[in-house]
Amino acid sequence: MKPLHYLRALRGIVARELYRFLHQRERFISALVRPLVWLFVFAAGFRSTLGLAISPPYETYILYEVYITPGLLGMIQLFNGMQSSLSMVYDREMGSMRTLLVSPLPRWFLLSSKLVAGVAVSILQVYVFLSIAWAYGIEAPAEGYLAVLPALLLSGVMLGALGLLLSSFIRQLENFAGVMNFVIFPMFFMSTALYPLWKIQESSELLYRLAQWNPFSQAVELIRFALYGQFNGMACGYTAGATALFLAAAILGYNPSKGMMQRKGGA
Amino acid sequence: MSAAVPALEVEHLSFAYGPRKALDGVGFRVQRGECAILLGPNGAGKSTLFSLVTRLYDAPAGQIRIAGRSLRQDSCAALARLGVVFQQPTLDLDLSVAQNLRYHAALHGLSRKEAELRIREELERQGMYARRDEKVRQLNGGHRRRVEIARALLHRPVLLLLDEPSVGLDVPSRKALVDYIHELCRSRDLAVLWATHLIDEIGEEDSLIVLHQGRVRARGMVREVLAGQGVETVSAAFHRLTAEGEA
Repeated sequence: MKPLHYLRALRGIVARELYRFLHQRERFISALVRPLVWLFVFAAGFRSTLGLAISPPYETYILYEVYITPGLLGMIQLFNGMQSSLSMVYDREMGSMRTLLVSPLPRWFLLSSKLVAGVAVSILQVYVFLSIAWAYGIEAPAEGYLAVLPALLLSGVMLGALGLLLSSFIRQLENFAGVMNFVIFPMFFMSTALYPLWKIQESSELLYRLAQWNPFSQAVELIRFALYGQFNGMACGYTAGATALFLAAAILGYNPSKGMMQRKGGA
Repeated sequence: MSAAVPALEVEHLSFAYGPRKALDGVGFRVQRGECAILLGPNGAGKSTLFSLVTRLYDAPAGQIRIAGRSLRQDSCAALARLGVVFQQPTLDLDLSVAQNLRYHAALHGLSRKEAELRIREELERQGMYARRDEKVRQLNGGHRRRVEIARALLHRPVLLLLDEPSVGLDVPSRKALVDYIHELCRSRDLAVLWATHLIDEIGEEDSLIVLHQGRVRARGMVREVLAGQGVETVSAAFHRLTAEGEA
């Protein structure tokens, strides 16, 4: 296979995902409504009850809305990753996943391209959200809006890979509710998206440990630091490691010889 | 490709879901220009066979070659020569006909220019070119099938797999589909493996593969299979070959 073939296929897969997303306006709006409700309602309500000490990357006291914003960017990507996973289960039930898998390219490349396409959609959502937050008065340094892009790429790939991995295990669409309850909610609430680690430690040592090792926390911290023009090496390394692990497991899950599909006998 | 190399070659293929054997030592060949009908009752192993030939998963035993390329060892080259129409509709309903076809062309590495030429050619051949900018959702079942066949042919495959493509179509659409596929075999020297349970879709010039309980029960031209069973109709031959194991 020629490199040009790979490039054309990648472009085709990303274009299809973007077309689909833009054609489904309800999906675009609902993807934005969720974090906006958290920002305008939840964060505004908790503003007065949650006091936050100065901690990196912030250099002054900040409002709760400012603290929660990177967490909500992570939330957009988390839900998008799971949405992609849901759509893959749907595609598999509907058969359109087979049209992708029967293409004459290595399966790892096809799945990674699908992942990249999902991440492109999530980044589009994140920037629309950031512009609304900016209009609301939550402003990051100008360079932060650019610096956050690679962080969003990495966190998006990690969460997308997790979604891909889950989709290789889930046979039917109905089982997806379990993913919401057992993956998305625990990952989101046991993380630094809503409260800083030291605040969690004050309440429970166990929760603190769980939140600390939660890859979603690390992704949120990577985004948080990048949005303020800083690099968090520990969060970056951890997120990259989790990405590699999830991606390898997902590719194995879709492997024609060893994968889950073979055992389940489904497409 | 040399005419002597079969478009599809399946040898000693076995597959099991846990303790349940779905395919047991299946073997057959489909030559270029041949329309091979795969007949079998529900649970005969047709879907498993299609999953293996499209490499959804690998078989632990046996060999599949498409145009001489091993599906396991040289899977990309083998899949590049394969076109598939799945039983379930697999078009994106919210995208236009042309967008669906461009996506497929991209997966097969066709340039934009080449893709547009072939999209035009395949759609015109089936009278669908004027509808290229319509969303697939707006098309009826027969027209969607035409688009799927156009899509499966875009990259000029050697072998076309059809998994019960006429399910859900009305009589005129079914007839048009059957005629078109037979015409493709003749005019393009295309090999077709067509899974169906509708006996009236079988032409006299077709070959038959009868699958039952994971094994090939008969293989040959229609008249050869009928002669072998000593019957006059495909329906009678089918019932005789698949009677074993029936309650």
